[in-house]
Amino acid sequence: MKVKQSKYMRLSGLEPLILNENSNFINVGERTNVAGSRKFLRLIKEEKFDEALDIARHQVDGGAQIIDINMDDGLLDGKESMVRFLNLIAAEPDICRVPMMIDSSKWEIIEAGLQVVQGKCVVNSISLKEGEEKFIWEAKQIKRYGAAVIVMAFDEVGQADNYERRIEIAKRSYDVLVNKVGFPSEDIIFDLNIFPVATGMEEHRKNAIDFIEATKWVRENLENASVSGGVSNVSFSFRGNNTVREAMHSVFLYYAIQNGMNMGIVNPAMLEVYDDIPKDLLEHVEDVILDRRDDATERLLDFAETVKGSKKEKTVDLSWRENPLQDRITHALVKGIDAFIVEDVEQARQESAKPIEVIEGHLMIGMNVVGDLFGEGKMFLPQVVKSARVMKKAVAYLNPFIEAEKGEEQQALGKVLMATVKGDVHDIGKNIVSVVLGCNNYEIVDLGVMVPPEKIIETAKKENVDAIGLSGLITPSLDEMVYLAKEMERENMDIPLLIGGATTSKAHTAVKIDTQYKNAVVHVNDASRAVTVVGDLLNKQTSNEYVVKLKKDYDEFREKFLKRGKEKSYISIEEARKRKYNIDWDTFETKKPNELGVQMLKQLSLKELIPFIDWSPFFRSWDLHGKYPDILTDKVVGEQATQLFEEAKEMIQEVVAKQLLKPRAVFGMFEANSINEDDISVQKKGEEIAIFRTLRQQLKKREGVPNHALADFIAPKDSGKTDYMGAFCVAIFGAQELADSYKAKDDDYSAIMAQAIADRFAEAFAEYLHKQVRTKHWGYASNEDLTNDELIKETYKGIRPAPGYPACPDHLEKETIWELLDVEKIIGVTLTESLAMWPAAAVSGYYFANPEAKYFGLGKITDDQVTDYASRKGIEKSVARKWLHANLAEQ
Amino acid sequence: MSEIKQALKDRILVLDGAMGTMLQAYKFTEEDFRGERFKDYSVPLQGNNDLLSITQPKAIKTIHAKYFEAGADIVETNTFSGTTIAMADYEMEDLVYELNYESAKIAKEVAIEFTQKEPSKPRFVAGAMGPTNRTASMSPDVNDPGYRAVTFDELRIAYKQQAEALIDGGVDILLVETVFDTLNAKAALFAIEEVKDERSIDIPIMLSGTITDASGRTLSGQTAEAFLISVSHIPLLSVGFNCALGANLLQPHLEAIAGKTDFAVSAHPNAGLPNAFGEYDETPEEMGAQIEEYLKKNLINIIGGCCGTSPDHIRIIADIAAKYKPRIHAEHVLATQ
Repeated sequence: MKVKQSKYMRLSGLEPLILNENSNFINVGERTNVAGSRKFLRLIKEEKFDEALDIARHQVDGGAQIIDINMDDGLLDGKESMVRFLNLIAAEPDICRVPMMIDSSKWEIIEAGLQVVQGKCVVNSISLKEGEEKFIWEAKQIKRYGAAVIVMAFDEVGQADNYERRIEIAKRSYDVLVNKVGFPSEDIIFDLNIFPVATGMEEHRKNAIDFIEATKWVRENLENASVSGGVSNVSFSFRGNNTVREAMHSVFLYYAIQNGMNMGIVNPAMLEVYDDIPKDLLEHVEDVILDRRDDATERLLDFAETVKGSKKEKTVDLSWRENPLQDRITHALVKGIDAFIVEDVEQARQESAKPIEVIEGHLMIGMNVVGDLFGEGKMFLPQVVKSARVMKKAVAYLNPFIEAEKGEEQQALGKVLMATVKGDVHDIGKNIVSVVLGCNNYEIVDLGVMVPPEKIIETAKKENVDAIGLSGLITPSLDEMVYLAKEMERENMDIPLLIGGATTSKAHTAVKIDTQYKNAVVHVNDASRAVTVVGDLLNKQTSNEYVVKLKKDYDEFREKFLKRGKEKSYISIEEARKRKYNIDWDTFETKKPNELGVQMLKQLSLKELIPFIDWSPFFRSWDLHGKYPDILTDKVVGEQATQLFEEAKEMIQEVVAKQLLKPRAVFGMFEANSINEDDISVQKKGEEIAIFRTLRQQLKKREGVPNHALADFIAPKDSGKTDYMGAFCVAIFGAQELADSYKAKDDDYSAIMAQAIADRFAEAFAEYLHKQVRTKHWGYASNEDLTNDELIKETYKGIRPAPGYPACPDHLEKETIWELLDVEKIIGVTLTESLAMWPAAAVSGYYFANPEAKYFGLGKITDDQVTDYASRKGIEKSVARKWLHANLAEQ
Repeated sequence: MSEIKQALKDRILVLDGAMGTMLQAYKFTEEDFRGERFKDYSVPLQGNNDLLSITQPKAIKTIHAKYFEAGADIVETNTFSGTTIAMADYEMEDLVYELNYESAKIAKEVAIEFTQKEPSKPRFVAGAMGPTNRTASMSPDVNDPGYRAVTFDELRIAYKQQAEALIDGGVDILLVETVFDTLNAKAALFAIEEVKDERSIDIPIMLSGTITDASGRTLSGQTAEAFLISVSHIPLLSVGFNCALGANLLQPHLEAIAGKTDFAVSAHPNAGLPNAFGEYDETPEEMGAQIEEYLKKNLINIIGGCCGTSPDHIRIIADIAAKYKPRIHAEHVLATQ
């Protein structure tokens, strides 16, 4: 091949790194990546930076020529962690002698990283995924900071998964970078997506060869550009068989490097020397990598069985049925196989003196194994929920026998009451914790959603429960939890209170809830911890000691939290208004929507929404953390994620085919002007029909940085221009019914899956509708889909912030949307007393079309704005304080 | 092609020598530093050399003129500490724009005068942008290596203000110099790019790092070549080194970069290493002989002096430089094609 190269990429740490024809292949160390290394994630979370630095040092010592740093994790402040870690690395000459690769999907994290490294870094990564405008802007900034860049083969349509698409995207990205940005061509690195081969799926057969050929094309046609990739993906389907995997990596690299791949992430421990690969294995592996035979995959699979190393498990392997009874039951529980459980349980019943012994013996032995594996991080949440499904099926079979023998009662470890608090309807997390506790032999009293505090306390007493677990997702639920703690104290109760749900936090629990109740209050945000926490709390021998320790821990945490160093200062609301975000209205042309007024979206097929689904949060709801699609090939959770994904797709297919879920939407566009700085007057033919109240940032910022309020994005009345805004509500109906139907069949796994899918559809629907509005109903971006370069700059303008979220945290504004769009009457979505939407799979918000409109977080506000807001809105100040309490600067 | 680029193609350009050394000779007192305008200022001002552009403008003008007379093509403005960050020591953050603007104006007036006298040798003014007294990639606290006394953004904003004032005052070039922490320099370059972008102007940038000791690295730990790579993303007029070392000790580092960059290469070394009294005593002749070694090896496009150098040093350096051809660099190649 003829590589087109006149310039070489030059990077630097304390020392230079130059990629020329002599430098061969640059190996990037990847263990300092929270998404790829559980250990590193844990160290960063626990702020054990010395040990985290050791991982970086180990990588460099081991020959990594660049180290990749990634802090993308939902539970980390990614920006702060990135800056802190890079600053610490800068003080370690044996680490920072190599260039850094700043890896994040968030631009703000990338930029923060670029601002603290003196050497020339690599940014990982940017792509055309969100359109050319963002791509160009980011590339310009990167150029100005002086870094090379990895470009993912990803565009507005999706990820490149064949030869043609890889070339198409690489070529387009390259042309934009070189011609429009003036980016140095030698600083461009393409990640052409390495995907697994030998998966058994026809469309994956050419994954490796397509990558290799696309690499060749890039190196021969895109002058000076480099090609990189994560090599271990390619052998994903042979997880567990390292002999084969190592050979696959070597073969892949052998051909990829020959064809110009000059950089990548390779684990040196997982690499066989090409020449040392036995000839027969080599032939089979090459057949697969190079896609040389139709039966290459089957042949390698068969051959792999004969190769030393742990054997890949086949799904049809039934050899476990030959094992003794207890082993079979344990196996069924661990693997979540329910096909034989009734048969096995029946045999156990016949062999036991009493049917209850089957539960207390055989089944509990199996579930203890599940519990242990889960505790050790060797099983993942979806698997445990499947185990529970098998368990339930077994118990359901045994129950009639147990009832027939009077006086027998299963001895549970304890009884836990679970409830989603008043006004809140979100219960996926609560259901998961219930299931996990249930299969660890706790009896669960699940009161469902929107449970009033009186009912919780009454039931707790009547049922004599050993602990109460509360869940909630929206901010008002936090107050409900505080209230319940107070009530428990008033009632002089002595059982522990568990707190969980997306908006809850250890800080809130320690500061607000723990202080209300003298007994134990614990924040538990993942299902795996729930088991150990409840176990410790209910263990008669140790619980007293544990509670004392817990109280002390929360005391200390609270003290630290309240004393935390970051003193922030705020400016008055008048001052903040003077520093509002200024748009030049004189030159701005507002765009009148094509369709003014309220309308609903009818007869939409769910199928249309599928391409808009964002999968990463779906995995997160199952405690599997990582970015889709990378998560499917993740070293730790990839296998589970892939299986979960397949099952989700199966359910989606059924849901779509049978129309089990129904999307409905109402939305409207209106004339609007901002008035009195922070309000938006919504009008119909010049007549005011509603007023949206917006909140303004008050954090003191440096000169020139505005204090935003959403009202800034709408032309003020005194500009003399008529501007416009929109509002919407989308919802997915039928999820509860569907989940209930699964629950009736003791299938909690599918019930939770149904809810998780409905949530994803609701978000996808919001995304879909936003696009329809931009391109059609409003039409301010009607050319969004055209590929014409000049027009494409228009892509994705405008925002759709939702009340209750960072830009506009006041849930009360939902009421205004409901009135304006007549939401309840038109599509039947209701608001609870805490202003949660029902059905729960729903999204509502505003549309702002101004190209300068952007998302921001309100942050904390001070008392003067609360007073002002309450009087503008015509509500008591105490009411305003209640709804805004999470955003009040003084607590 | 701009005048300066043309001149750079034609000959080795000579940069001036030390400002501080020359000012020491005036033995200015606290009162002299204050002048009439700052006589009641609450903070001691002696040692704030940049302030002299306002309180003793004649002295500054005279020094610039002496260097031009000695044969310098470029003089540096008296603005080494002209950022809000460095001026915080004197509580003179609010004076930063004026300091830079006035310094630039003074130097430019002298340059115009000399160019008019001798049109065949146009004279230039480089706006000096020093390193500030803080480092963006090192912690001043040994017990907390993750701490930083200044952020990229703070530096960027301060440098942007300085660059704007220097440009408004009429400088021909911006000179980011005595870079001991590359990240500070990157913030300065970022700021200058912003100014260029916002004003749609192009102004040549010279960048000069400092190798602090015999380790051959910058204070922030980079080798000469790593430093070069880290600042090469911006189209520079020249890159090179100044300060800390004498001409002889600087030579290997110039060699390390001269073969690896398309930019012009500059050097303005000290007059040797300081003696026991902190004085520089390398004579003009001694320094000239060292510098002639650079020229023989064809390492240099711009040459001048830093600490301890005087108009006498520059005169000898200029005489020597006139005998040699400039190092061939990309600009040259392009220009002659």
